[in-house]
Formats: sequence, C-alpha cells, structure tokens
Amino acid sequence: MCLAVPGKVVSIDQRADPLTGLIDFGGVQKQACLEYLPDIRVGEYVIVHVGFALQRLDEESARASLELFEQLGLLEEEFGDAWEQAARQESGSEAR
Amino acid sequence: MADLATEATEATAPVVDPTNWTCPAPLRDQPVVVMGHGGGGALSAELIEQVFAPAYGNPTLAALTDSAVLGLGGARLAFSTDSYVVRPLFFPGGSLGDLAVNGTVNDLAMSGARPAYLSTAFILEEGVELAVVERVAWAVGAAAEAAGVIVATGDTKVVESGHGDGVYVTTAGVGLVPDGVDIRPQRARPGDAVIVSGPIGLHGVAIMSVREGLEFGVEITSDTAPLADLVAEMLAVTKDVHVLRDPTRGGLGASLNEIARASGTGVRLSERAVPVPDEVANACGFLGLDPLYVANEGRLVAFVPPEHADAVLAAMRAHPQGAGAARIGECVAEHPGMVVVSTGLGGTRVVDLPLGEQLPRIC
Amino acid sequence: MKYIDEFNDPDLARRLLDEIRATVTRPWALMEVCGGQTHSIIRHGIDQLLPDEVELIHGPGCPVCVTPLDVIDKALEIAARPDVIFCSFGDMLRVPGTDRDLFRVKGEGGDVRVVYSPLDALELARRHPDRQVVFFAIGFETTAPANAMAVHQARRLALDNFSLLVSHVRVPPAIEAIMTAPSCRVQGFLAAGHVCSVMGTAEYPELAERHRVPLVVTGFEPLDILEGIRRAVHQLERGEHRLENAYPRAVREQGNPAALRMIEEVFEVADRNWRGIGPIPASGWRLTDAFRAYDAEHRFDVTGIRTEEPAVCRAGEILQGLIKPTQCEAFGKACTPRTPLGATMVSNEGACAAYYLYRRMTDTPAQQGSRIPREEMNPVG
Repeated sequence: MCLAVPGKVVSIDQRADPLTGLIDFGGVQKQACLEYLPDIRVGEYVIVHVGFALQRLDEESARASLELFEQLGLLEEEFGDAWEQAARQESGSEAR
Repeated sequence: MADLATEATEATAPVVDPTNWTCPAPLRDQPVVVMGHGGGGALSAELIEQVFAPAYGNPTLAALTDSAVLGLGGARLAFSTDSYVVRPLFFPGGSLGDLAVNGTVNDLAMSGARPAYLSTAFILEEGVELAVVERVAWAVGAAAEAAGVIVATGDTKVVESGHGDGVYVTTAGVGLVPDGVDIRPQRARPGDAVIVSGPIGLHGVAIMSVREGLEFGVEITSDTAPLADLVAEMLAVTKDVHVLRDPTRGGLGASLNEIARASGTGVRLSERAVPVPDEVANACGFLGLDPLYVANEGRLVAFVPPEHADAVLAAMRAHPQGAGAARIGECVAEHPGMVVVSTGLGGTRVVDLPLGEQLPRIC
Repeated sequence: MKYIDEFNDPDLARRLLDEIRATVTRPWALMEVCGGQTHSIIRHGIDQLLPDEVELIHGPGCPVCVTPLDVIDKALEIAARPDVIFCSFGDMLRVPGTDRDLFRVKGEGGDVRVVYSPLDALELARRHPDRQVVFFAIGFETTAPANAMAVHQARRLALDNFSLLVSHVRVPPAIEAIMTAPSCRVQGFLAAGHVCSVMGTAEYPELAERHRVPLVVTGFEPLDILEGIRRAVHQLERGEHRLENAYPRAVREQGNPAALRMIEEVFEVADRNWRGIGPIPASGWRLTDAFRAYDAEHRFDVTGIRTEEPAVCRAGEILQGLIKPTQCEAFGKACTPRTPLGATMVSNEGACAAYYLYRRMTDTPAQQGSRIPREEMNPVG
C-alpha cells in the first residue's frame, strides 16, 4: 500500500494555503503539502506520499539503524568468518 | 484519534471465511480501444494478433523487425512507418518533429540499414496556430538534415476542431541494408553480449515531467536522436551483429522480452550494470514506475557475439550517441522467452512484458 | 544521509541475512501486510535470499486490490456521467468492475483522469466550476490525511462541485481478521511502516499480546525489510510476542498528531467489505456527517448499487498462506499472467504471478522456447 519516498525540503511557501513546500527527490523536484508537519524546516528530510509530507525523517535514528547493521556483522565475525558460517548454515539447510 | 482506535479493536472479532475470497483481475478482452493498446506492451501485441494479423498478416509482416527488409531489384530495402502522437508537442530536449524523423530513422537503422528517404503526413486539427505547425515542420527539417535523410514526399489533412490533438505526424522511410548484414530478433544466440547504447528512461521521464497534472522539476531532457551513424560504426567492427532494437514504448523491458520470445532464448541482466540516471531512478521512485519500462527515443539495445562484444562496445563509446554504452547482460539458453534481472542484492526477478501504458501508482 | 542508498547497501544486507541464518532454527511464517513491501521484496529478490525456514506470506495490503466490487461499480457509474470529471490514482484504472473498468469508461467517452495527488483533483474542481469533479478516495491510513485534506479544503473554499468516492481501509482490523481466521498460519507480522508514520503504534501492543504474535513495524528499503524479518525471527525463536519498531527514522509512537486530528475531523470508523476477504467490522473509514455533502455516493445516488462477487479463484487462501499457488486447480492452466483469474496473478509481485514466473524460469526445458506464440508479433512500429 502506500508508495512513499524520502525527499529533502528545499523551500517552504509560508503564504500557501495549505502550507506547501518544494521537495527534492535526488534531482527531481515536486511540490508537496507540508500542513501536517508545520514545524518542518528547509534542509530536513520528509517522507512524501501522494503529494503530502507525512513524517519527518530522523537522521539520528537512521544512523543508529545503520550502525546496528554494521555491528551485527562484527558480532558475527567474533565467532569466526561470517561467510564460512553462512555457508555452513546454507549447506545445513540444504541437507534437510 | 485514540477513540477511533479503541472503537475498532473492541469491535466484534471478524471471521474470515477462507473459502469466500475472490479478487479482481484486469479485463483483457476490451471491446473498445483503450490507451493501453498504444502502450507497446501485451495489449499492443494482442491488438496486432487479433485484429491486424488476421486481416492482412503475411510472412514479411510477421518477421518481428522494427523495419521490414525487402528484396527489390537486387537490393535489400529496409522499409518502416510510424505515427507520432505526443503531448505536449514540445518537450524538454525535443518535439514531435524530432520524434517523427528520429523514430523512423531508428526503426530503419535497427535492420542495419542506411536510412535514405522519408515521407511525412501531417494531420492538423482545425484551429491550431500556424506558428505551431511551422515549429514542428522546421523541427522535421532540422532532424532530417541531422540524420542525413531526405524528406521525399508528404501529405496534409485537416480534421475538425475537437477531432484531433493539434498535430499528428506519420512518417515512413526507406534505406538500404548493406551486404552481409542480417539483423533481426530471431538471431539472438545464447552467449551473445547484451549492450545498451546509453542511459535509459530519459525520454519517458522528460515527457512525464511536463505532462498536465504530473508536472515535476527535473534537469534532464529527452534522448531523441538518430542512431544510424552509431549503427554504421558498430557494423564497421563486425557485420555479425545479431539483434538491434530501439527500446521506445514499453522501454528496455518490452524490447528484451520481444527479443527473448522471438529467438527462444533467455536474457539475463545485471541490475547494477544497467545505466539508469539518478533523476530517472528517483522520478520513477516517487511515481512507482520501473525504469526498465520507461520509453527511450535515442537508445538501442544490441545482441552481439561475445568475441566481438568488447570491440563493438569500444566503437559505440567512441561515438557521441553511444558514449554511455554499457554491457548489461547476456543471452542465455535457460528460461527461454524470459528476461531475468540479477538484483543489486544478489537475488533475481523476472521482467515480464508490460501490459499497457505505465501509470503512476500509489501501491 | 539520503535515506535510500544507505538502506540498499549489499554488504549490510549480507550481514543481516547472515544474522537471520544464524538465528533461525525452525520454520516460521511471516506476513508482510503491505503491498509496497511485497513489491520491494520481489523487486530486490529478497525472498530468494532468505533461509528456507523463513516463509513470507504476502498480505492483503494493496488498497487497489481490496477495494470492493460494488465500490468499483459505483465508480464506473459515476465516471460515465457526462457532467463528471472522474479523478483517480493510476493503479485504480485497470481494476475491473462487474463488466468493465475505468480504462473502458474512458475509452467510451468518460472524462477519467489520472492524478498524482487528491489536491490535483481539487485544483481541477476549482478550474472547472461547471463540472462535477469526483476523486476516488481509496487507500489505507497512509493516504487518509491526503484525502481528508482535499475534502476539508473543498468545504473551506466552498468548492461544491467536488466530492469523494470513499473506500478507505485500516490495517489493525485486517490483522485481527487474519489472526482469528480458522487455520491461520501467520506467526509474525511485518507491520506497514508508512501506515504507522501516520497512525503511530498505539494500537499494536494489545494486538501482539492478545494474539501472542510478534509485530514489527517495518520500512520499505531492502535493509528495512531484512531488519523487520530479523527482529520477527528473533522474537519467535525466543518465544516472545511484542511490538517492535524497526523503522524508527519514520515512525514515532504517537504518529503524526496533525494528520490524526484531520482524519478525526473528516472520517469516522465504519464497517468495510474487502474484495477477496469479505466484510470486516470497523475496518474502514467513511466521511462524517459534517462532510456528507461531499460524499459522491450520496451526491450521485449510487448507494443502491450492490454487487455480489462471484467466487473465481482461491486467492484468499493463498493470501493467508493456507495453500501454495500451485495447489490451486486453476494455477498455470486457466489462470496465467496473460489470463489472470485473481489479483494474486495480476501483478508481478502477486503471489501467484511470482510463482508462475519463477516456475517458468527454473523448470522450463530450453527446447520449449522454440514454440513462439503468434501473439508475440511485433507491435507495429
């Protein structure tokens, strides 16, 4: 359901009713309604669905997620080569 | 809002009867023409199969080529025709006039032919400003000169106001196919390298960016361009190019499916090797489209025997129309008639023939 | 941070996959509720990268597919009227009603337009005061704030020629319905991230507790989906069942308060029929009395249209993971992607279509390829 994509707020038209801003999706720019994020500032990232910014993207949470993924690999490596382990797992499941 | 939530969860627990599920299927046998019939996908193919082929099908028409190759007075003549209906008439990077020339020139070039002569037929809507017609005409002239073809004959008709969309142009073209050249989709062979001449999706995204109701800002322009010169450079490396196709409507995905089905081979692409400009990827991202199905007007995809692939690719990259050429995959014996993509993560997915036109989706 | 490329990283994907492989000890069936997640799973081939123990069941989270037949028939009736400009999201046009679809109505002269946003439809109403502009307001909770804003603005601007044909559905009642279905196989849910961006997560802990099922709020990029699966599997292996938020960059517990206020003003909870599923109590929204004047069903007097759905395929059982597509009698025979009987065969991410395509890919002997169907003739030009 719900194709929604992240974009960066380029400008905000404070006089527009409803509140509107220009969002940059990696080189593609489109107006979106910002009425549901009244505190949003230029430079912040939002998630946009059918022309509406629905939520502010939190950079700290994003970084924390990515760091967690990095650590998963590291924890794995403490127990030996991650690829070898994966290969063992794979052959194990094939043997069933 | 909390009230709504509470109300919902306190409602009687619903019971799903698994024997009572049904679901929608798109209607395939449309009794009227729908836009998808012009989309270059499965509906277009069905229109030909069910309406045109029974009426006047013949072995020449059934050859599956962008242009027919005809024996005529000892020479091999490539012959093609195409109608051009585009809204808006003028778009970033080109106009109806450019498409009308380049499209037919490219269809001829996909047989390996050197395009020589074009015809143009204009259908004008009553009330259209003459200045608009003039702009289109000059674009035709300039594009013909750039492509090295001569507009040898033409026609004009006018339809009543409201019965047309400003200007429609139909062009037909002829050219000569060099000796020893035999390019058609049936010749794809397992092992062939699949090469695309440059970044994909530019034309489709450029058009969408100015279409009413969809407008978005993007600094890319249509790739509309004549490809006959590029093809000549490729054939100078080897005459044994197996297949050429210009992936217009339906995009690279539709063209590769047509080739796979015509030749009974499979096609395997590497997603990371397919040149998709960021702007195309991102525009497709928010519209919910697949860049593989987005139209191109100045690109070709080639199936080349592996021993010639590097040299052909180098020749393409040395030409302005092929500067962004890339080897994107190979023709395989497995999964005949199917196009399969290895994803960036190492999985695979099937790229099927699209049904009709691509529409923005929310889901 | 661009929030897309970072979450497509193949190396991190491998680490997540390794971790899932290292964690899983026995088979688990997870449902991704949202069609957008299904799309991402198929597009990136994620299902093939998972260990055999992890089965993904594609859920009913496609608003286009679950919009009931009688609402489609109402849309077709309204769209065919000469005084109407009928506006819709693109993917709604190919969904069939009883005997036609919106493409066909358009082909027969109806003014049917694809819009990107409901505000585009509102703009059409402003520019065409002499026409009735109707927007087909389908969607899950994610789309509700947009549709609510459109009708709210219409009332404020006195655009009385604008109306909504509403078919809004909500996720939690669907999860409830799936979990209470006889012989339900789903053991964990990837909850739809963007629905939760709007609604927050307050409704979910109770659902997880009552049905003893892990619920992991999950995003849409490949790493997001793998992380959702990793956490669900982790919970299942440990015998846990709780709500987790694996998409914290876009989901806060309280949702989007401004959007929730607008939804509450414009919509009220109502029972809804789900195409392919049947009626689910309190599973949708309709316009409140204050906005009833903007309800296209009343304005065009189509409330009387009641269509019974013929049973044509076993998509429902497949959607719940009760049977595999290959166990359906019609699969690959009467029902193929070129002649689909059900939604699961329609789009490439549908469970049946995916099965069909991959079975062809892996099972078809090479020599069969020489039989080229006549229908594959070149589109002229």
